Amino acid sequence: MSIQVRFFASLRERVGHTRLSIESADIATVRDVWHAVSASPLDEEMLVAINKAYANLDKAVSDGDEVAFFPPVTGG
Amino acid sequence: MRVEIRETAFDPWLEVSAFRRDHLAAGRIGASAVFVGTMRDFNEGDDVKSMVLEHYPGMTEQHLEAMTHDAISKHQLSDALVIHRVGTILPADDIVLVAAFSAHRKEALIACREMMETLKSTAPFWKKESLASGERWVEKNTAG
Repeated sequence: MSIQVRFFASLRERVGHTRLSIESADIATVRDVWHAVSASPLDEEMLVAINKAYANLDKAVSDGDEVAFFPPVTGG
Repeated sequence: MRVEIRETAFDPWLEVSAFRRDHLAAGRIGASAVFVGTMRDFNEGDDVKSMVLEHYPGMTEQHLEAMTHDAISKHQLSDALVIHRVGTILPADDIVLVAAFSAHRKEALIACREMMETLKSTAPFWKKESLASGERWVEKNTAG
């Protein structure tokens, strides 16, 4: 399975990447994507999106998906 | 409806005037409720020199469009306008404009408030402040 991974704001700085591309047969959920790209534990406040729509850590991912991780939002 | 992300400064009052003139039927609108959010030069007890507003291109626009569409439908608005800055922002710059237009004041006022609160709590934007002592990410928005 091929997944495009994106990081935003403070999480991007913490992870040290803006984008990553991963290929793995062992990925089923957003949680698996995080563990494939980071050794850090999951931050409960972290937000996630699949293909630019909010999702949760247990949501299934599909080949070709874009999965994004970011901190709580602070716009406005 | 119009939803826009801007990389340069804008005048919200000119935007509201132009939108009313170009998009709303004269005589059909009885209420215009407008919220404008402006950058302060202080936050959490510190002087703030500037900030950078980051967004998730594509997702942020989709999210704001869905939010605005829902508000128009839920409150039977005549129309709505949302503009949000990104990039480097200076104190006194306007950051966000949310305007709701309806036949009567109740719907416009409620919708404007709801859209603004939804934007603050769910739209993918992040602020990084520049202080005399360095930079810091804003970790959460102030309540209300």
